[in-house]
Amino acid sequence: MTIIRHQPEKQAPPDAFSKGRTPTFEESAKESLANSQLRRNLGKATQTIRRKRAVAVAEMPDWEELREAGRALKSRTLRHLDDYLVQLEESVTRAGGQVHWARDAEEANRIIGGIAKSHDAKEVVKVKSIATDETKLNEYLEGEGIAAYETDLAELIIQLAGETSSHILVPAIHKNRSEIRELFMRELGVEDLSDEPPDLANAARLYLRKKFLSAKVGISGANFAVAETGTVCVVESEGNGRMCTTLPPVLVTLMGIEKVIPAWQDYEVFMQLLPRSSTAERMNPYTSFWTGSSQGSGDGPEEFHLVLLDNGRTDVLADEIGRQSLNCIRCSACLNVCPVYERTGGHAYNSVYPGPIGAILTPQLVGIGQSGPDSLPYASSLCGACYEVCPVKINIPQVLIHLRGKIVRHKQDEGGLMGKLDPENVAMQAMGRIFSNRKLYEGAQKAAHIGQWPLAKNGTIHRLPGKLAGWTEARDLKPVPEQTFRDWWKTRGKGSPSNGSSGDGAS
Amino acid sequence: MSAAREEILRRVRRSTRDVPGAEHPDDVPVERGYRKTDDTPRPEIVERFAERTAEYKAKVSRLSEADLPGAIRDALEACGVKGLVVPPGLPEAWVPDGVKVLRDGPGAQLTNDELDRSDGVLTGCALGIAQTGTIVLDAGEAQGRRALTLLPDYHLCVVREEQVVGLVPEAFAVLRDTVVGERRAVTFISGPSATSDIELNRVEGVHGPRTLEVLIVG
Ligand code: SF4
Repeated sequence: MTIIRHQPEKQAPPDAFSKGRTPTFEESAKESLANSQLRRNLGKATQTIRRKRAVAVAEMPDWEELREAGRALKSRTLRHLDDYLVQLEESVTRAGGQVHWARDAEEANRIIGGIAKSHDAKEVVKVKSIATDETKLNEYLEGEGIAAYETDLAELIIQLAGETSSHILVPAIHKNRSEIRELFMRELGVEDLSDEPPDLANAARLYLRKKFLSAKVGISGANFAVAETGTVCVVESEGNGRMCTTLPPVLVTLMGIEKVIPAWQDYEVFMQLLPRSSTAERMNPYTSFWTGSSQGSGDGPEEFHLVLLDNGRTDVLADEIGRQSLNCIRCSACLNVCPVYERTGGHAYNSVYPGPIGAILTPQLVGIGQSGPDSLPYASSLCGACYEVCPVKINIPQVLIHLRGKIVRHKQDEGGLMGKLDPENVAMQAMGRIFSNRKLYEGAQKAAHIGQWPLAKNGTIHRLPGKLAGWTEARDLKPVPEQTFRDWWKTRGKGSPSNGSSGDGAS
Repeated sequence: MSAAREEILRRVRRSTRDVPGAEHPDDVPVERGYRKTDDTPRPEIVERFAERTAEYKAKVSRLSEADLPGAIRDALEACGVKGLVVPPGLPEAWVPDGVKVLRDGPGAQLTNDELDRSDGVLTGCALGIAQTGTIVLDAGEAQGRRALTLLPDYHLCVVREEQVVGLVPEAFAVLRDTVVGERRAVTFISGPSATSDIELNRVEGVHGPRTLEVLIVG
């Protein structure tokens, strides 16, 4: 009989949120770039999602209005975050739930571990949650003798492989079907498995069904939680989120404090923005909304715990330019359009938050002054594609430039007068002004098209700024697109073929 | 009050010092310029719902009230459903003869194992959303607890034409009372369970019911 190992032998490599130093982006990017299988998988994946997303968004005549509402709602929430958190706590408590506050990762893990132990749980089932990746909850629980089972297919794959995620949305994007087949045969003890995706999915279904039925404790993240009603929401595709939030008698949800939204009605905005931006679907297959505990109805967990996590978020909040990074709804659209991410993959970022959003969020969350995270704001060609697709309008280039300035200033403070004259700093201050102003930003993009932008020649980016320069010497980046998304958007109403007839209702 | 709570709230207040003290949350403008209602004629809305639900690989049929019991019987037979889970409040006329009925209700709840061993579940719904091809369950009449539509491998769902709304905002408006007043759980279902985790190939059926069939009654 095969003994199934639920914990991988290989430990996941350290990232920005674990103890110890992480490599810089350029160091790690070199490795990823050398892996041609990875680059092929990533290329296929990002191109597919990109194309589909454009179709899903083009179908919406009011997409820009939704984006603006999403941005404004996030801004309202963040400016009054204390009020909304207190209101959320009241609402959840009124509905029979318990609210916990965690200043940092360690405190969050201790709270969650304590809840599991109080129910004598040796096993917990988990639905994908980047917040628990950030706090390294699985490793913590393992140390406490509690096995945490990841139940998303992709998360299961990478957990079994002892790896870390390379994409927020499709964490196993770097693995192909034959690699997955081998892994399942080895780790799940399945004999006779084909490499057809339905067979692979079925193997996971059978393996995890038993876990769902026996687990006493389920652990989830949250996409949103409503201050007004206490209603928490998990958006997913596979049904494992429904399983984890419905079947175990105890449910623990870990969410970053920035995930709160003001009112029930606000779901009408975010539930339109998120599915189309992330999986390019009109709606994802399953969304669960629940309010507190079952309170005797027999529907769902008898006990519900909501853990509110800070872990650096209040530092991000303090920076008036960086604050918008907390708008993020983790759709991963910015990853899929990023020419740098497409080539290096997620691992190069050494963070649970890869891609353009990771490049701004990671150094802000962990604090400036560490070589690994500090290298991330340089992992960008500043082409602006991320800003154009972001459903909550985070001006990622602006924040990137702003952070570069902060990083250089930090070095100055450490390095005396020489640092002050660092040409990179002077240039970055100027660029920061450009990106904070829409007109200047569009002008700069046009300049890039006609080859006058300092970093672009003939529309191709030959040289990346600062620390990435060495990397582009060997490899030209894709040209800045002829027509920016913004240009396209402005003209799409005027008989452009991309404004097809499949639009919703109002057309 | 926990020390962590106090400290986090203190940090939040310190970090938002730039926000004027007199500013109320509602002072931060939120422009809701997006579509709230769909004035497309009703028949088109229902047709769109049928089309889009089908695009998510759900089997969809449109039929009259009179044909409903026969259609249910045929659908269950075609899928070989013998042990059928029935939620409280489901019209008796919907349940065909010859299937083994597993009735769930207050005081007599089926266990998760019983649900897991069943062949399928028959429910109504709270709403349909045409814009997205979504079925909404709110744990109300003819729907039951969430586990009922989660563990069986086959879900047959009856949607009445008048339950279909046009746009997503209309759905959240209708659901408001259920959530605010009764705190019932709400589930959005848009096609059967799916994954694209393996080389981005869509595979139907991971953890939820692998087959979703929708009967639209008008
Ligand atoms: S930054 Fe914007 S585009 Fe990127 S993941 Fe967050 S919400 Fe999506």
